Amino acid sequence: MSFAFWSAADTARRVAAGEVTAAQITEAQLARIGAIDGELGAFLAIDADGARAAAADVDRRRAANQPIGPLAGVPIALKDVLVTRGLATTAGSKILEGWIPPYDAHVVERLRAADAIILGKVNCDEFAMGSSTENSAYRKTRNPWNAERVPGGSSGGSSASVAAGLCAASLGTDTGGSIRQPAAFCGVVGLKPTYGRVSRWGVVAFASSLDQVGPVTRTVADAALVLQAIAGFDPRDSTSLEAPVPRLVDELTGDVRGLRIGLPQEYFEAMDDDVRAAIVRTAAALVERGAETVDLSLPHTGLALAAYYLIAPAEASSNLARFDGVRYGKRVEAADLTEMYARTRGAGFGPEVKRRIMLGTYALRSGYYDAYYKKAQQIRTLIKRDFDRAFKYCDVILTPTTPTPAFAFGAKATPYEMYLADVFTLSCNLAGLPGISVPCGLAGDGLPIGAQLLGRALDEATLLRAAAVIEAAVGLGERRPTAIGGAA
Amino acid sequence: MPDGLIQGTPRASSPQIVLPPADAAVPLPKMLEDWEPVIGLEVHVQLATRSKIFSPSAIEFGAPPNSLTDPLVLGMPGTLPVFNQAVLQLALKLGVATSSQIRAKSRFARKHYFYPDLPKGYQISQFDEPLCENGHLDVILRGGLKRVKLQRIHLEEDAGKTSHVGVSSHVDLNRAGVPLVEVVTAPELGSAEEAGEFMRSLLRLVRWLEISDGDMEKGQMRCDANVSIRRRGEDRLGTRTELKNINSFRFVENAIENEIARQIRMLEAGERIVRETRLWDADRGQSQPMRSKEEANDYRYFPDPDLPPLVVDGPIMGSILRSIPELPSVRYDRYQRVYGISSDDARTLVSERALADYFDQVIAAHPGDRSGRMLANWVLTELLGALHATGTPVARSPMLPATLSALVVLIESGTISGKIGKEVFEESFASGEAPAAIIERRGLQQISDTAMLWEIINRVVAANPKQAEAYTMGGKDGLFGFFVGAVMKETQGRANPVITSDLLHKRLGR
Repeated sequence: MSFAFWSAADTARRVAAGEVTAAQITEAQLARIGAIDGELGAFLAIDADGARAAAADVDRRRAANQPIGPLAGVPIALKDVLVTRGLATTAGSKILEGWIPPYDAHVVERLRAADAIILGKVNCDEFAMGSSTENSAYRKTRNPWNAERVPGGSSGGSSASVAAGLCAASLGTDTGGSIRQPAAFCGVVGLKPTYGRVSRWGVVAFASSLDQVGPVTRTVADAALVLQAIAGFDPRDSTSLEAPVPRLVDELTGDVRGLRIGLPQEYFEAMDDDVRAAIVRTAAALVERGAETVDLSLPHTGLALAAYYLIAPAEASSNLARFDGVRYGKRVEAADLTEMYARTRGAGFGPEVKRRIMLGTYALRSGYYDAYYKKAQQIRTLIKRDFDRAFKYCDVILTPTTPTPAFAFGAKATPYEMYLADVFTLSCNLAGLPGISVPCGLAGDGLPIGAQLLGRALDEATLLRAAAVIEAAVGLGERRPTAIGGAA
Repeated sequence: MPDGLIQGTPRASSPQIVLPPADAAVPLPKMLEDWEPVIGLEVHVQLATRSKIFSPSAIEFGAPPNSLTDPLVLGMPGTLPVFNQAVLQLALKLGVATSSQIRAKSRFARKHYFYPDLPKGYQISQFDEPLCENGHLDVILRGGLKRVKLQRIHLEEDAGKTSHVGVSSHVDLNRAGVPLVEVVTAPELGSAEEAGEFMRSLLRLVRWLEISDGDMEKGQMRCDANVSIRRRGEDRLGTRTELKNINSFRFVENAIENEIARQIRMLEAGERIVRETRLWDADRGQSQPMRSKEEANDYRYFPDPDLPPLVVDGPIMGSILRSIPELPSVRYDRYQRVYGISSDDARTLVSERALADYFDQVIAAHPGDRSGRMLANWVLTELLGALHATGTPVARSPMLPATLSALVVLIESGTISGKIGKEVFEESFASGEAPAAIIERRGLQQISDTAMLWEIINRVVAANPKQAEAYTMGGKDGLFGFFVGAVMKETQGRANPVITSDLLHKRLGR
């Protein structure tokens, strides 16, 4: 029996009902990873012992009629920027090679408490810097729909592993689109929560004011289920919001009557024809079900990329200063301290990480702070105001997640071309708003296309409700990846 | 020189209260006729919280290396700082006690530099939006108060400690994340001695407010000094150097004095002062250049995105304002104004809060309001002497303030003489017995009965005819004391000295 494409909700329900044991699911998924992941390249570490122990514990408690959690038996993979106690965490970087963390990230604690089965750690761009997972120091992750295409990034391992049925859900992180873009490329659902909705405790930081953890799943309902498990206030993260989390699964009513869908003109200027057609179809499907569309403008959208590439590298240059070879991870010995730093960081960081450290260091130089970082923060305020104004006229904003479907390995010849792949997803992070990517059809070449919905702060519920309607109307249905893992 | 809080007074209290006084000044006076030193201090004070500023790790002096750490203190990936609100309370006390402007919303900023004892590669500090600005500290100098402007007081975390053993370097992160305030003065201290007194006043204040132990030897208080020299009468400041590593009270004045002399010698030799940071080497008694301005770090300050603004609201300020005791400089002033106590004695009384509190309690217990100077004398000489001799802190004095007052009442009422009073004090201090009971039991009441004293005097004069004649006829004035002494001996010191003197004059005829 294959559980590969069971949804998380189904899995949890059937485990709770005793139709299947967590151990059966875990063994099947571990075997499937063994069979497929050599080609897919999603996993960096597999925690077979930990997964089996967690499954046995769930089964034992179920058998003893003790309570089990809402994700009981659900196989989950974690982006390797999430810190896991006793399990290597690399952030896709050589500089963390060999580091075994002594603690769990908040989201990992929450998943364990919900009785999810953590199968292992999945690949990503080094320190989540990239849009194709090609910047991983460890391995190439392929797109299950076309092995010559990238899975997107930086959470490429998260989206590929879910799309290929290696796990029911995964967690990714999203700093400028790193959950939504790979979700769109791999034909799965990816949700970036409101900044502060999910604790960052135990998330290897890229850009602290932009990073958020979120679910990658095959269904919108699963995104709600997993977000429910990880969201909520955590006193260990000073930017965590003390806001109640509604019962998200209950919000999936299928009803979008009267919902006002904003279509920002700036997001419909340059994109593939297939993508444009898919989004137009998506909007039409929503209107057919009683929603209305509102044409609007987010006038500062054009400044988002520039602002993002000052703020994110500036914060990254600071956050990555701790990797000095002194306390953990890689150290390249040298005759003196300065040389040890230089060699360790020279050998430990890849080219894109070095580029961003340089960019950020430059932007924060004494005397340049006002011209760069501060100016970028001012743009950020303007972008926030754009959204505040827009949400007076609409309830959610609909855009394509990406200008094109998944591109080929090596297709983005310069860093700047790669940065442009995130042009539709960045603003959401700058404004701290929630965003979701949901599959809305296939392009002519058979690659998935993602529709992005952006919502008001803390209003993940409306995003999920609208996304579920898109999923039902124009989603992929039973269509499975065609290149890797499609046959269950 | 003894380890007195203030020169010349007995050690007042527990050993950690020792504040070494300035060494005798290396004479610079000739040079200083032409040149004026201008000194500003940056003082780091450790705040006495139980846990660190951004993590629950404990704080303790002398714990085994790296035993007071956690993933955050070690700078591990994914850890996040959470501000310890207890730190705010302590810092605000200092802000309020120095009349600083308190920012309703201040910010933490990251200060970047690479060093093995700085786990994150940056220190969380405050930069352009500090907690306190534009305050002042009233420094108690010998002879009066000097108001020194404080440019800012900001919060920051301490780094760890690196020590070099042979070819290897050892990093201890126990101190990393310990809460500090950095107090920055305006450049307006005029001598090494003033700088030293500033440090003593600041130390007194932080202990007074119970926000820090301020023990320099334990690194709880550290001082960097910016020193420049200009010709007297000149307005413009000279080029300054920054002296670092002044890590003991003994070195504050030495190090600054040394730097003043070095700069004057250079200027007089026609050389220019270079803007640089210099490291004080206490063993060699001189400073060495550490880095020039050109080599200075670019700290790349920016607001820490992991920490929201630090908010000080009305209720917090209200509770802080209510918690501030009368400050040492205010009491110093009051003791002189209200009780006519000398400035030196007032300075000693406020050297420690427990001592000043003790004195205030003696005053409060005492009937009448003209005895301040006398009570101060008893506290400063007899009480401090006895406490010092027995190594007892003021707060645990076996003699209560009311007891000391009662003893002074007995002296003031003429029941006993001051001399007997000292005897009674010693016994009461040692045994805890009430002075009145000691006097009663030992029959120490002063004899003021004229008839009884006249009889004793007659006896004494009769027993010493030669001396009586020598005094009365021979004009040997010195012999008057002999007769007073003889009367005192007869009465075991209980004779009322005033009446005795009167009667003796009468009896001896002069």
